[in-house]
Amino acid sequence: MDAFAALIEELDQSTGTKRKIDLIARHLQQANAHDAAWSVLLLIGERRKRLITGRRLREILQQASAMPDWLFDDCQSHVGDSAETLSLLWPQLKSDIGGRIHKPSVTTWVNQLRHAPPMHWWMEQLLPALAVMEADEQSNTVLAIWESLPHERLFLFNKLLTGGFRIGVARGLVVKAIATGFNLEEGLVLERLMTPADASEQWFRSLTAVATEERGNRGPFPYPFFLASPFKEETIENSDPSEWWVESKWDGIRGQLIQRERGTYLWSRGEELINEQFPELIEMASAIPTDTVLDGEVICWAEHEQQPRPFSDLQRRLGRKTVGRKLRLECPVSFVAYDLLERDGTDLRSTPLEERLEQLGDLQRLMDTNTAKWRCRLSSGQQLQRWDQLDQLRKEAVEQGAEGVMLKQLHSLYLSGRKRGHWWKHKRDPMTLDAVLIYAQAGRGRRANLFTDYTFALWNQQSEPTSNRQLVTFAKAYSGLNDAEILELDRWIRSHTLERFGPTRAVEPELVFEIGFEGIQASKRHKCGLAVRFPRILRWRSDRIADSANTIEDAQTLCDQLAKRTLST
Amino acid sequence: MNVLERTESGLYCRAADAWIDPSRPVSRALITHAHADHARPGCGEYWAVDVSEGVLRERLGRDITLHSMPYRQEFWINQACLSFHSAGHVLGSAQIRLMVEDQVWVVTGDYKRCPDPSCEPFEVVPCDVLITEATFGLPIYAWDTGQRVATEIRDWWHGDRERTSLLFCYSFGKAQRLLAELNAIGVGEEVLLHGAVETVTRHYREAGVAMTASRPVSDLPRKDSLVGRLVLAPPSAHRSAWMRRFRAPQTAFASGWMAVRGARRRRGYERGFVLSDHADWQGLIRTVIDSGAKTVYVTHGQSDVLARFLHERHGLDAKALDQLN
Repeated sequence: MDAFAALIEELDQSTGTKRKIDLIARHLQQANAHDAAWSVLLLIGERRKRLITGRRLREILQQASAMPDWLFDDCQSHVGDSAETLSLLWPQLKSDIGGRIHKPSVTTWVNQLRHAPPMHWWMEQLLPALAVMEADEQSNTVLAIWESLPHERLFLFNKLLTGGFRIGVARGLVVKAIATGFNLEEGLVLERLMTPADASEQWFRSLTAVATEERGNRGPFPYPFFLASPFKEETIENSDPSEWWVESKWDGIRGQLIQRERGTYLWSRGEELINEQFPELIEMASAIPTDTVLDGEVICWAEHEQQPRPFSDLQRRLGRKTVGRKLRLECPVSFVAYDLLERDGTDLRSTPLEERLEQLGDLQRLMDTNTAKWRCRLSSGQQLQRWDQLDQLRKEAVEQGAEGVMLKQLHSLYLSGRKRGHWWKHKRDPMTLDAVLIYAQAGRGRRANLFTDYTFALWNQQSEPTSNRQLVTFAKAYSGLNDAEILELDRWIRSHTLERFGPTRAVEPELVFEIGFEGIQASKRHKCGLAVRFPRILRWRSDRIADSANTIEDAQTLCDQLAKRTLST
Repeated sequence: MNVLERTESGLYCRAADAWIDPSRPVSRALITHAHADHARPGCGEYWAVDVSEGVLRERLGRDITLHSMPYRQEFWINQACLSFHSAGHVLGSAQIRLMVEDQVWVVTGDYKRCPDPSCEPFEVVPCDVLITEATFGLPIYAWDTGQRVATEIRDWWHGDRERTSLLFCYSFGKAQRLLAELNAIGVGEEVLLHGAVETVTRHYREAGVAMTASRPVSDLPRKDSLVGRLVLAPPSAHRSAWMRRFRAPQTAFASGWMAVRGARRRRGYERGFVLSDHADWQGLIRTVIDSGAKTVYVTHGQSDVLARFLHERHGLDAKALDQLN
């Protein structure tokens, strides 16, 4: 663990990307392959089963000490992370507790710690064993380990144990480090990382082996997705409009549909297999020729309807393990295909988009007619002729139920990750309302002890001279302010607190913010009866007073307009 | 009877007709120490510790009316008997003891309990009512010795001789403590100072505090790359035009706030050294107990937390200062 801990400490202390890449690359080159496998998995934040909850760790410390509950709460909301809070508190409490640990039962584990065991021992022996211990033994062992670890290791140990290990290293950085350290192409590393990972020597060796495999035909595993960037007019307005393909940007979830001899695999962009939530699409795929890989959008869209259903319909299916008959009927799904990555086992990613689209058209014509064929829709698009068409096209797309348009360069290859310049997403403008800040809560991580989580409210009725109207919670938003604004708002919150509820503060209802969101719909779970999608702060309306903020009625009007637009076709 | 009361201008002692660290100009101010949030310009007359006179006049103006007093010297203003007692916070920092009739109140100002080679150690002052700060009033805050932190800083500096080491710290108090702590662990190499640090350091040298040799950065020729040197600068200089003078420096911040990871990351320093001139949790509690006060008012930072803990755990009549009156 020492080498990994040293790496984490050094990463934590360096701010430059290049330095971070070098540190990781050097660590992976030097560590033994088994430990290095763990390093990679931990760095990319591969989800692991939580071994012990942060709450349980806290309980262990609390049972052994006399520290009151509320004081723990205050510390935790100040630090913003339970594993870190515990590691900061332990040095204070250890003298009270030290004598009370029952040593005999735990000596074996603690003895082994003296021999500086390797990382995989921690991950495969100690931590899993700790997780399944009886309560008493567990707390004694945890306490004994805390006691024998140097203070600077406590944080890492607690983090590994609670499974919440994230240190702010982006996946892309790890990919770059592996590529640098082992002389590989980044795309190849990314592809290899998309096959199932296990923390073994063998896996690490195959991850870093000299490139020999044929690209293409990856069995059931998806290719790395190519991602678009938000549209920046100034960066492309000087290019020839006819280089660009414009198509609707659908508001569903991105998916890769892989048809093989042995089966069909539908992957989400988060690299999760979602076959079970969308059985109809798997049935549909039997009509697709073998060894085909499609990139497209999973969306709720009924057979004879002109427009897709709202995203909320799709959401109903996402949370489910399996999908029953009722849901299949109420929320019919389609797959809108917009790219072809593999055909007859040939990797097409280095073929220009223009050609891929052509082949995609051929393919759809070739599809067997099965009863579910309608579920595979071909995305329609057109070549741009003049830049001044773009706004009209976007408007039309939105009217047809899309969330905007995509612009893709016709000669673009299918790259991996977010590479700017070839694919752009140009969404409709968000809906907006002016709302009043009423609660604030401290953030976590680098926003710890800064009030950065805000709750906004709308008035429950129009302003009338005699009315006694109230503010009702409408949405929470965390993003949209810059660092300077966050600091200014933090100071304001501290000096305008009306009341505290644990980590939350009620503030004087004075400040108005313009809140932007992508969708709005009725909701029984929300106080104001409406739920919004992707709410964020667009700007701080320092030119407005609270009295001029919008009302719930205004929000309801937006909701009705949106519903009407969906129904009208 | 209350010796002190809260007013718009700050804590007021009616018996002495004087304010403690007033937040706006008043006729008579008693000053705990010369930090800007405690000593403000524009008052009719000031009363403070003699050792603090240099910095006070530097900051408030040469011609202020200042009555300077040695530590522990009792003096009367109207019906109140007053004295200053060392707070161990910075050079010339004081707690203020006020005796009116048979009541003794003590206002700690900012203070710390761990040894600091750049100023006088904290003095325990018995009292009936104590008004204490609580800037770091959470049990997650526990300080290492200055000696240990100085060793870490030296290793950090000497560990990278290819770059300039830029250490940010408050220009009055922390910077001079660093120079004194480095001196105490045997670092003799000259340290460079930002102008704001230099001004205050001169007063420490005049007061005879033993510190590592230092020189303002501005004394060195522009073409000097400053590679391998340690430079002390106030946090306001971080990411300022001044910083362009250094090519790719390694940066760090020395402050008690650096104990929490998120606080360091947010500020964008590569390293954080946990060094504070305020009392840590144990230091706060020990101070309250040592004073023997039965009534405690807590101000600054975690006042609610400390007050509640003192009440629940130690049975004291402890409240946040905003509940005085």
